[in-house]
Amino acid sequence: MRNYSGQANTVVITWRLFTGFFRIGAFTVGGGYAMLPLIQHYIVEKKHWVDKNEFLDLIALAQSFPGVIAINTAAVIGYRINGLSGALAAMLGAGLPSFMIILLLVNYFFRFRNNIYVSHFLAGARAGVVGLLVYAACSLGTRILRNMRAWFIFGIGVLLLVFLHVHPATAVITSAILGYLLFAGREGS
Amino acid sequence: MIWQLFVTFAKIGVFAFGGGYAVIPLMQREVVTLHGWLSAGQMVDVIALSQMTPGPVAINLATLVGYHTAGLTGAVVATLGLIMPTAVAIAVLARFFLVLQERPPVQAVLAGIKPMVIALIFAAAVFIFANAASSAKGTIIALTVLLLSASSRWHPMALIILSGIIGIIIY
Repeated sequence: MRNYSGQANTVVITWRLFTGFFRIGAFTVGGGYAMLPLIQHYIVEKKHWVDKNEFLDLIALAQSFPGVIAINTAAVIGYRINGLSGALAAMLGAGLPSFMIILLLVNYFFRFRNNIYVSHFLAGARAGVVGLLVYAACSLGTRILRNMRAWFIFGIGVLLLVFLHVHPATAVITSAILGYLLFAGREGS
Repeated sequence: MIWQLFVTFAKIGVFAFGGGYAVIPLMQREVVTLHGWLSAGQMVDVIALSQMTPGPVAINLATLVGYHTAGLTGAVVATLGLIMPTAVAIAVLARFFLVLQERPPVQAVLAGIKPMVIALIFAAAVFIFANAASSAKGTIIALTVLLLSASSRWHPMALIILSGIIGIIIY
């Protein structure tokens, strides 16, 4: 891995990572996946810190760690560009705006939650979230549920989570074990 | 209480695969069922709010739940707890993981988790529907959002705000 600390002042790069991710964190609504195109624009097209292929590798790496997608992405890219201090700066930048915005809103939120307009707005919004979730499950499903083994794990998951109410962590561990048993040694599926 | 918040959110961080949506069942189980920090109704509202404010959904949720449970300290502790496992894992593993990731056993495990992520998102939809949207009006709004998502490039935030406005009109 090349390190860019030789090209410019490390402090400057760390600061740019922080401000870049801060801006992206402050202006993207909809979570980590919504941030990816903006991160790509900043890191690849604007700053030329990594090329597009390496960027995609880093994204894949970030998503195979558990945790918050946006934070993982920031951490992996920050680490790649400027080591540990880069990782910390990028993570902090990505997380800080939403933390501060929530702190500004939280008091009003729990106070006005029962106001008639707010509660009707929230009633609509909750139903909307259901629609978003179903759409997310379907669009991921068309990409991932492409063989019997994947469908089998999905079926087990629905059974465990929706009908048997097991702890989601147990479901994740179960799927990891099933994945190891079903997919090991059968690449290309 | 503070320590419990930290441990709980660190646990959520460790088992959170697949992003904000897939985190919902995990949060719900820990925050509502096991610790009773929020009621199911509050949880569902908090989820709706976290879709409307900028930033990672899971961070929004952690901050909201932490603040509601133990004020500013709670917000800081819950959010740090959530990202701590990743920070440690990346600091320790990032160097090796690009190589490790190519290994067939790791690939197989990740291939197994992916379908489970879809089941987690589906379970989140079922939880919210059962607790907050299982009326004719709720179903209509959910279907409208589903159709608009599938047929156009509406932004999720725009769809949630649209749902809220429809809510004010029809409820």
